[in-house]
Amino acid sequence: MTSPIDNSLMRIFADVFQVPIESISADSSPETIESWDSLQHLNLVLALEQEFSVQFTPDEIEKLVSPRLVSALLADKLPVPEAMPCQ
Amino acid sequence: MTDAGAHELRSEIENCLRDNDWRRARAAATRLWQLRPSAATARHVIACFERMREWIPLQKGRIGVLRSFTLEPTVPILRAAALTHGLDLTIQMGPLNAYAQQILEQRDDIYTQTPDVVIIAVHTRDIAPELWTGLHEKGGPAPPQQAEEVTAHFDTLIETFRKQSNATLLVHTLEKPARAFDGILDDQRSNGQIDAIEKINLELRNIARRYRDVYVLDYDALAGRFGRERWTDERLWLTAKLPMSPAALLPVADEWLQFLAPALGRVSKVLVTDLDNTLWKGVIGEDGVDGIQVGSDYAGAPFLELQRAILGLRHRGILLAIASKNNREEAYAALARHPNMLLRPEHFAAERINWEHKVHNLRAIAAELNVGTDSLAFLDDNPVERDLVRLEMPEVTVIELPHDASGYAQAIRCTPELQRLRVSDEDVQRSRFYSEERERNDARANHQTLESFYHWLEQKVDIAPLTEATAARLAQLTQKTNQFNATTKRYTEQQIVELAASPGCEIFSVRAKDHFGDNGIVGVLISRTFDERCEIDSFILSCRVISRTIETAMLTFLLERCRTRGVRTVQGWIVATPKNEPVRTLYEKHGFTCMSREGGRSLWALEVDGAKVPLPAWIELTVTEDRTVGDFAYR
Repeated sequence: MTSPIDNSLMRIFADVFQVPIESISADSSPETIESWDSLQHLNLVLALEQEFSVQFTPDEIEKLVSPRLVSALLADKLPVPEAMPCQ
Repeated sequence: MTDAGAHELRSEIENCLRDNDWRRARAAATRLWQLRPSAATARHVIACFERMREWIPLQKGRIGVLRSFTLEPTVPILRAAALTHGLDLTIQMGPLNAYAQQILEQRDDIYTQTPDVVIIAVHTRDIAPELWTGLHEKGGPAPPQQAEEVTAHFDTLIETFRKQSNATLLVHTLEKPARAFDGILDDQRSNGQIDAIEKINLELRNIARRYRDVYVLDYDALAGRFGRERWTDERLWLTAKLPMSPAALLPVADEWLQFLAPALGRVSKVLVTDLDNTLWKGVIGEDGVDGIQVGSDYAGAPFLELQRAILGLRHRGILLAIASKNNREEAYAALARHPNMLLRPEHFAAERINWEHKVHNLRAIAAELNVGTDSLAFLDDNPVERDLVRLEMPEVTVIELPHDASGYAQAIRCTPELQRLRVSDEDVQRSRFYSEERERNDARANHQTLESFYHWLEQKVDIAPLTEATAARLAQLTQKTNQFNATTKRYTEQQIVELAASPGCEIFSVRAKDHFGDNGIVGVLISRTFDERCEIDSFILSCRVISRTIETAMLTFLLERCRTRGVRTVQGWIVATPKNEPVRTLYEKHGFTCMSREGGRSLWALEVDGAKVPLPAWIELTVTEDRTVGDFAYR
């Protein structure tokens, strides 16, 4: 099942790390994406916070190391889809 | 949440790039950035421009950043924003908190990489920890010498930098905390925390004004505009030494761009504005002069505010022009007669009020004002017209306007191409010159013969040797004049001064006044005399005063000067360029003989003995002489 979050999440990963969106999987990580260094990690955090209007705690920032983990953390923070206004 | 608009734009860009339609791709990438200016979009926008790079003209700029805190996340945002304004920036970040060492180390990258602009971004807590966390430990108020020590440190850094580099220098002011450490007590005593930081910032402005090309960027005001509570982010400071929140990155990049555009010369010289629903609410052709709204009442207020912002541009030396689809008489009546109108016909240097295509009118205005179309900024409430201009004339700065007119003035005030870091007297007078020039042209049309027009103009020309006060203006004329410029040799102020000291060389400024007022220095004459031969190195007249026979007066002067000094031959080169058509017949018209011609270069000579270049009867010529030579007669 692909939710809208998953699509936009993958695009953020692709944009931040400058890789084709097809090359990103749910378990892509600093080990599999070459450009994922500490600075790009900060850029990822900033992009995610801006894009989804959320804030991560310093503890959470350390755990944002794959689309799957990001998605799980976001799910806790984002309002449930029903609560969102229709397009 | 990526909205549908952004998604569609991404697809549109992709399709346009595949079809090699870079104009559309560029317009769509610009719209995408305007719609979603964020860290994630930035990378995508940059990637799009990278693919278009070989087709679109982008002006390059190299920026060095000396900083005490993390600023890397701003880089892609700045690059993307700059690309949408035609600037291709390379940004080099210095090592974290090494700004002082970098400036003091003579062989540092900041000097060897010869950047165009260097930014010093230092945080209060780094350069003045005593005024930040230190106060919490020791208590306030801050000892007065702390502010002085910080400003002395800045002064040393700026002075050292200026000695070793010609780059433009931007210095951030120091940020104040959202709340003073002592709470409201801080404001009640002298040398409180806020007091001390404000003193440093004030002194920083004074220091910057003492140096050439050093400017203050009010980072503290930027934080204030944004909202200090939202600006700071302790969480990111602790984890990444990033002192501001993610949402504050865009304002920082935008503020940098406000400075970088003028510093790199990416400026609009003319603002071309629409009329209906742009300068006033309503359509003049339908509502009439009494029906349109502009003024202090609710509906008209945003338009009056926009007019204020536009008039402010004129004081900066930016020319104003009108491109409007209207009947000229009706539109003019509104500008001239509406009681609340702030902008009046005399404020505009050119106008095209007709039913032609806007693109056609923009080209005509650029031609009339002798500027390239890349010097135009375009203001229009109609998004269709804006898109048309973006597609047809990608070199024009198209100002994006919000739906609500109350945001119009702000859009003008935040356009980087309309910012200026300094304004010369000439810049301020320029608008007046052009308005007067329009009156002159009207007068010319009213006179039966050119001769009677010239007499009516009452021109007074003054020729004077180079002085310290005129060197900068003469250099500027050699740099900027393209049309009436015989050899198009460009000189810096320094080179002008050096040239004047070389043997046989003489440099003159030409000043012109007329019926309408003082035009200032409008011409340059540089000659080199060796024994019996005088060669004209540069012969330049500003386009403001061409075809008014001032060039004849300049040659009268030169010929007489040569005669009294025993020079036998005067000669000069015409070096053809794509733009200097008006000057090509200069020597031929005044009786010079062509000695040689090769490619676009021709050499012309005149034997002084027996030659006559009479002063036009309608010009009064005075010569401010240097002390070594007496006055001589011209008639």
